[in-house]
Amino acid sequence: MLKAMLGEAWQAMGTNRMRTALTMLGMVIGVGSVVLMMAIGQGAQYAVAQTISTMGSNLYIVISGSTSSGGLRSGGGGGPSLNTADAEAIAQLDGVSQVAPVHQGRQQLVHGANNWSTTVVGTTPAYFDARAWAVVSGNLFGDSDLRSATRVALIGQTAAANLFANDDPVGKTIRIQQSPFLVIGVLAKKGQNLDGRDQDDTVIVPLSTAQRKVFGTPFPGSVRVMLVQAASAEAMPGVESSMIALLRQRHRLREGQDNDFYIRNLAAAADSAAETTRVMSLLLGAIASVSLLVGGIGIMNIMLVSVTERTREIGIRMAIGARQKDIRSQFLLEALMISVAGCLIGLLLGIGGALLINAITDMVIVISGGSVLVAFGVAAGIGVFFGFYPARRAAALDPIEALRHQ
Amino acid sequence: MSPPLIRVAALGKSYATAAGPFAALRGADLSIEAGDFVAIMGPSGSGKSTFMNLLGCLDTPTSGDYFLLGRNVAHLGKDELASLRNGCIGFVFQGFNLLQRMTLADNVALPLVYAGVERGARRQRALQELARVGLAGYADSLPSHISGGQQQRVAIARALINSPQLILADEPTGNLDSHTSEEIMSLFSELNRAGISIILVTHEADIAAYARRQVRFLDGLIVSDITTPARALEQC
Repeated sequence: MLKAMLGEAWQAMGTNRMRTALTMLGMVIGVGSVVLMMAIGQGAQYAVAQTISTMGSNLYIVISGSTSSGGLRSGGGGGPSLNTADAEAIAQLDGVSQVAPVHQGRQQLVHGANNWSTTVVGTTPAYFDARAWAVVSGNLFGDSDLRSATRVALIGQTAAANLFANDDPVGKTIRIQQSPFLVIGVLAKKGQNLDGRDQDDTVIVPLSTAQRKVFGTPFPGSVRVMLVQAASAEAMPGVESSMIALLRQRHRLREGQDNDFYIRNLAAAADSAAETTRVMSLLLGAIASVSLLVGGIGIMNIMLVSVTERTREIGIRMAIGARQKDIRSQFLLEALMISVAGCLIGLLLGIGGALLINAITDMVIVISGGSVLVAFGVAAGIGVFFGFYPARRAAALDPIEALRHQ
Repeated sequence: MSPPLIRVAALGKSYATAAGPFAALRGADLSIEAGDFVAIMGPSGSGKSTFMNLLGCLDTPTSGDYFLLGRNVAHLGKDELASLRNGCIGFVFQGFNLLQRMTLADNVALPLVYAGVERGARRQRALQELARVGLAGYADSLPSHISGGQQQRVAIARALINSPQLILADEPTGNLDSHTSEEIMSLFSELNRAGISIILVTHEADIAAYARRQVRFLDGLIVSDITTPARALEQC
């Protein structure tokens, strides 16, 4: 019975090829754009998730507060309100897994005939754990380098490419502020951060060395920035409040006095970036769904025309014994066939379009089986939903009236 | 004694019109035995078409009873009526009413689709019925490629395929020339001799003459009911 009906639906579709093709085109465009937009949206989400994972997880940045001397206020990070002792104290707090004081600034690097301006980061070995950063060749520096302020450097891949071109930087010497530094390792590639800055355009040296040889500071032991990693996402609120309490107590701030430091929650920034792309991909999908809806309405329209045109046929079928449900299934099946066939073609075109975009731009495209299944299910649903009304109308025809119809 | 094929009692049908209810059929009483050949006659508007629609289970009466093979079918639901049409009654229409995009064999087999018969068996029985009406070689032609008389033969084959007790023919020769009409009518006579009851609506006396019994309608009532034994046989 079903096989016979499928065959008939196929025949009915074939009698008016142009019309069937145009109706199908509505579904093709609808499904194709949904698949394409979902691929782009999920690609963006994936790209942001990748970027976020390069920052390191559950991070706070603690920045020394502004100071004012003689009416001149410096910005955040300008004053010497934080020091390495603060960092050691924070490291003792519950829920804190790493604390890395950071002193960074732009410096000109020189190697042989090449020179390159980059961000020099002075920090402790905890930084590599907090940011989940490893070397691809050579070694990281350790606590002994920090204690004896050795002149060793780890170089990021962008800085390495500009100073050493294709040579292996490990074992070579670079000069920062006239001091020679031995390159002991090349850092793994991280790519851009959320602000779009190249994280690989950097050189990392021990904090003590940076303070003495690179930046120099009138306040020995002070740091401008600290990276604090909480042990888990759940621990973060607790860590934040105990950090504030601890620093206020250590800095002897009275009730009502402002903090002389800032705390930035990087995890929150990452979450908001992820949320933004999630909303964007939802929006893309929603806009594409409108075309799917329009395709569905096209099917309904054509099925209504078809029911009217074939009124006499419906009458004949009823006279020779078709029950209402037979007529209903027949028209429903036709609508379903158009939408499913349109959906299949749309899927292929959507996936093809996504692959094409991926090939000619560097945009990340993610085609998940889930989105394909959803598109397929929605298309089938649309076929049934928009096919149902015309099918019901066909089934409700009076056989005598239908037979009389010319 | 077995019940008559058809027995209607005080069968009435009225339609709601803008000018109030209109009684198309005003109480018909008739009994038709199995194997009979009946012509229903009358001018247009006499109620004969309404009567045929009721006999064919295409419509339900507003009053009275209709016993088909002893069963009262006057108040059955649409699906039950559909399966009666499918299994007990074969229809032949004035306009042939074949589905133009289907082959003749598929047209003939269509009632079997709704009876749930398998594809292979459908095809086989369609070929048998086509051969019975003299169109053995045309199974895969389309209706538009054959003449009107041949199309009506196909329609008869379709009416026969479910081995019905009754064939209802509504002006079956209305669209045919007199020679083809004769051919179609002798096919009906032949089927009647094979034991199939036939009821045909016509307003042509020479077509009605093929029937054994002539029932005449006027203004929604049966006005005459004449049986002429062996008349149909003499024609052949």
